Amino acid sequence: MLKLLDDTGRYMMMIKGMFSRPENFKMYWKEFMHQCSEIGIGSLPIVAIISFFIGAVSAVQTAYQLVSPLIPKESISQIVRDTVILEFAPTLVSIVLAGVIGSKIAGELGNMRVSEQIDALEIMGINTKAYLVLPKILAAVFVIPMLIILATILGILGGRIAATMSGILSADTFDKGLRMNFLPYNVFFSLVKAYTFSYIISSIPAFFGYHVNGGALEIGRASTKAVVVSCILILIADYVLSALLL
Amino acid sequence: MIEVKNLKKSFGGKTIIHDASLILKAGHCNLIIGSSGSGKTVLMKCLVGLFQPDSGSILYGGKDYTQMNTEQRKEIRKEIGMLFQGSALFTSMTVEENVIFPLDMFTRDTRKEKMKRVDEVLDRVNLKGANKKFPAEISGGMMKRVGIARSIVLNPKYLFVDEPNSGLDPQTSGLIDKLIKEITDEYQITTVINTHDMNSVMEIGDHIVYMYQGNKEWEGNNKEIIFSKNQRLNDFIFASEFLRDAKDMRQLEETGKISNDRNMAELTHEDAPELVPPSDNDSPE
Repeated sequence: MLKLLDDTGRYMMMIKGMFSRPENFKMYWKEFMHQCSEIGIGSLPIVAIISFFIGAVSAVQTAYQLVSPLIPKESISQIVRDTVILEFAPTLVSIVLAGVIGSKIAGELGNMRVSEQIDALEIMGINTKAYLVLPKILAAVFVIPMLIILATILGILGGRIAATMSGILSADTFDKGLRMNFLPYNVFFSLVKAYTFSYIISSIPAFFGYHVNGGALEIGRASTKAVVVSCILILIADYVLSALLL
Repeated sequence: MIEVKNLKKSFGGKTIIHDASLILKAGHCNLIIGSSGSGKTVLMKCLVGLFQPDSGSILYGGKDYTQMNTEQRKEIRKEIGMLFQGSALFTSMTVEENVIFPLDMFTRDTRKEKMKRVDEVLDRVNLKGANKKFPAEISGGMMKRVGIARSIVLNPKYLFVDEPNSGLDPQTSGLIDKLIKEITDEYQITTVINTHDMNSVMEIGDHIVYMYQGNKEWEGNNKEIIFSKNQRLNDFIFASEFLRDAKDMRQLEETGKISNDRNMAELTHEDAPELVPPSDNDSPE
């Protein structure tokens, strides 16, 4: 319990320490753009593959369960649409990204800490929390929601292709179902989740990486811990947001 | 000049620096020596601001660093360069990018001016032509030299060097020591070196501070250290093979005999010209 309080306190201090006047705005911008590319472009293939197949699988499995002739076929695409928008794209993709981006951020900062690169920056007079952590969080909050929007589109597309290719329903029926009872609020809810999760995915691993103490073994431990804690927090936040906003 | 007054630092109830007071002379190579665990690394980290001391003061040109706010500290830190034990180069950047980094961050010079300065300092540390190499592609000695180049690129007033010889062969160590000494003299920097390498002590020790269990035990220079009567210092320095002959010489001068298991037959005329007559082999050609 004390450790949890200690970690929470240090996390808050890290977040507070990020906000200071940049030594050179151009350098911070360069770092922000670099992180956008690392997080966004670097995660694009895995996000595309996962979301496409999740959509495809959800279409096939929904069709498998909806055997009653009383339920219209369009319901399949409605269910695919809503599950992808509400849960699969924001939550599942975020959990995958917690592994991909989280371990990368924790490993990178941990390595910098252990090899004294962070100390070297501090001695130069650079606020390392602002220069190393803030651009990562901002880049994640900027790029991850875009990835999740893309994941939503690809998920629905995957469902459409799987449904039509396996003969479950025609493309026209699928498209008709997509347009039926569509609630734009669901997209808003999905984006709220995306922003919340992207903050968790970046700030928690940054905390564990920044505070690594020891050697190479501790970097590995910090990465694992960062991913585990991020995943748990994503699931808790998922429940809290659902309870509050739905 | 850096003045340390009654510095105290502890971690989790264990006091590492007890009550250290010392002066680090401007324009000289100041060496902090001591065995492992003597508190020299903690002292250096307090000096550069990586650790906040529990009490005491650190004066940079008369201004107390421990009492400064973040912005004031940033200004002092711009005058500080540091070479870390493991060089601490940014592994994702090339040699050139590592050296230009402080210029990019803190100056508004043009690209051409920055590149000119980078070439200047890389040339100064004998690393011309290594600009595009990554740290993983160069040797330990070259990494130290890149670290030195990065430390001096902003013309610092103070240069801190942590264990400059660790992981280096004696020849490369000698070259790094020589380079640090030359840079100190050339740019009139106050250099503070943390080491337990006695070769460095004898080569570049303009001013030496010996730390023992978190306290300053002895202060002097590389000429005085051999003849110090401080028992703890003697135990530390004469644990080194390098200085055993010197110790023997001193004992021979003082008592006419050597107290350890060595005998005079091992000493050559080259070691102790006053005590051992030249042999036929030593005679000049």
